[in-house]
Amino acid sequence: MTPPGATLRPLIEARGVTMRFGGVTAVADVDFTLGEVELRCLIGPNGAGKSTFFKILTGQLKPSEGRIRLRDTDITGAEPHAIARLGVGIKTQVPNVFNGLTVHENVFVAAGRRKSLARTRAIVDETLTRLALTGIAGRLVGQLAHGQRQWVEIATVLAQEPELILLDEPAAGMTHDEVHRTAALIREINRTHALIVVEHDMPFIRMIAKTVTVFNQGRILVEDTVERVLADPRVRDVYLGKQAA
Amino acid sequence: MNPALPARRASALGFAATLAIGLAILFGAPHVLDTFGLVQCTGFAALAMFGLSQGFVWGFAGVMSFGQAAFLGLGGYAYAVAVINMGDSSIPVLLSILVPMAFAGLLGYFMFYGRISDAYIGVITLTVSVILFQLVNATSGSQYRIGAAELGGFNGIPAIPALNAPFHPDEPLDIDGIWYAAMGALILVYGILRAVLAARLGRVIVAIRENEIRAQLIGYDPRLYKLIAFMLAAGVAGLAGCLYANWGGFISPTVFALPMSAQVIIYVLVGGLGTLVGPMLGAVLIQALIIAAGSQTVVDSNLGLGLVLVGFVLLVPQGLLPVARSAALRLVARVRTPRPGKAADTFATERAR
Repeated sequence: MTPPGATLRPLIEARGVTMRFGGVTAVADVDFTLGEVELRCLIGPNGAGKSTFFKILTGQLKPSEGRIRLRDTDITGAEPHAIARLGVGIKTQVPNVFNGLTVHENVFVAAGRRKSLARTRAIVDETLTRLALTGIAGRLVGQLAHGQRQWVEIATVLAQEPELILLDEPAAGMTHDEVHRTAALIREINRTHALIVVEHDMPFIRMIAKTVTVFNQGRILVEDTVERVLADPRVRDVYLGKQAA
Repeated sequence: MNPALPARRASALGFAATLAIGLAILFGAPHVLDTFGLVQCTGFAALAMFGLSQGFVWGFAGVMSFGQAAFLGLGGYAYAVAVINMGDSSIPVLLSILVPMAFAGLLGYFMFYGRISDAYIGVITLTVSVILFQLVNATSGSQYRIGAAELGGFNGIPAIPALNAPFHPDEPLDIDGIWYAAMGALILVYGILRAVLAARLGRVIVAIRENEIRAQLIGYDPRLYKLIAFMLAAGVAGLAGCLYANWGGFISPTVFALPMSAQVIIYVLVGGLGTLVGPMLGAVLIQALIIAAGSQTVVDSNLGLGLVLVGFVLLVPQGLLPVARSAALRLVARVRTPRPGKAADTFATERAR
């Protein structure tokens, strides 16, 4: 049901984005476009530049070259909190949560920016229910299992009510059941929100993906539908460590 | 039902208990203690306020200020200079809060917005307090004066007019009155800091201490919140300086000196980092120990104090209050019939699945 993207203004648009660390180029001349309410999966071997690209999109890193636009706003090199306020939320690869606070407090802090107390409480209750975290709402996040901490982090991201959600390896360290629930959740979120998901788990990608962008050595190798990408021999080669020369 | 409720209820109970004990001390002490004891307790209240300042900025905002004495000294000197010039103590008290806050605003702006790392914030605050010490120490001679107030260099400023009834300079407070002012201010500031921590501002300050990156990624600017916390703590330290100057009627550059900054860190460590009551208890305990150590001749007093501190760090690293709290909770749990909590139950079934 996606309308032809060419005629629509994209939600996020990266042009010629390059990130160098000393002599290493982690992201090289990447052009990337995501439409409104689109779900995109990013795959690629370790060190392909996916997480670095996420850090650039969220302002944690300033790109060496290139521009990024969020709708009409140029966000290149903006501070992370400024980009977050424009409606970008991210679940990072290594869970970034408030370990010393309870689950409830984690979500509350995320929900409460510039909102009335009543509205904040409503968001917190709704989010905790949606992610089935109500039963552990009073527990300290630092004492939870890895999979639960991931869910808490997803809850904080949802509670800030972003328009674009970036998920870096949301299924990592989760049990089989949790992976299925995560996939269902992502599909549900995607009804109203745009998402970019970085993941290594191919069965998981098949569960959620429509369009897939493959990163390799800091560049975009291929971008296509999930069936074509997973059937592409080049993609298999880079995952097996054979580099297309 | 809000599952965070039991914890919040316990915390509210602790707050009410602290308030009750504080008020009991406030109104009880003048009846129980002699003049000497009351004056000593007024000094304790001033230093407890100083401990509160360090406990807030370090324990809750996670900002390791190693030079909190800079704000104590600025507050004390601001009060002394202003009250000598004005005669009425009402505005000088406000200045003793606002001058350190403004200074902290300037210093904090460059530190936090300049992205100075935590370790260097310790170094910078320490250095600033030492610079202020040297600066004020070097103001000997009648040419160093602000209006009618001579700074006096290492001799300090003697005979500082005491607090008076607000806007009635002809009604100076007596010893009882200064006690009520000092202890009352301590209870008030404690209440204000509790309110700040319960409000959204405080929650964000603590969240930033827990994970600065996450706080940024949900849209909060950590630099601003750290600056606010740093300025608040500076204001509290400044008021402590004002009370300290009132207590002795005298202030000298030693308020800026290294031992002052080190001492307040010890108050927090002994009392309990991450609590507000702990640093106040720590201040009273350490000051009482210092006085006791000074009045005996068996052991060198500094050596004895050092041993006590090393013992604390090795044996009670969390500090007194958290240890006492968890002991009390264990006692309560043993008295009550053990029943599994609802939260733990759900968690267990979730794991078993």
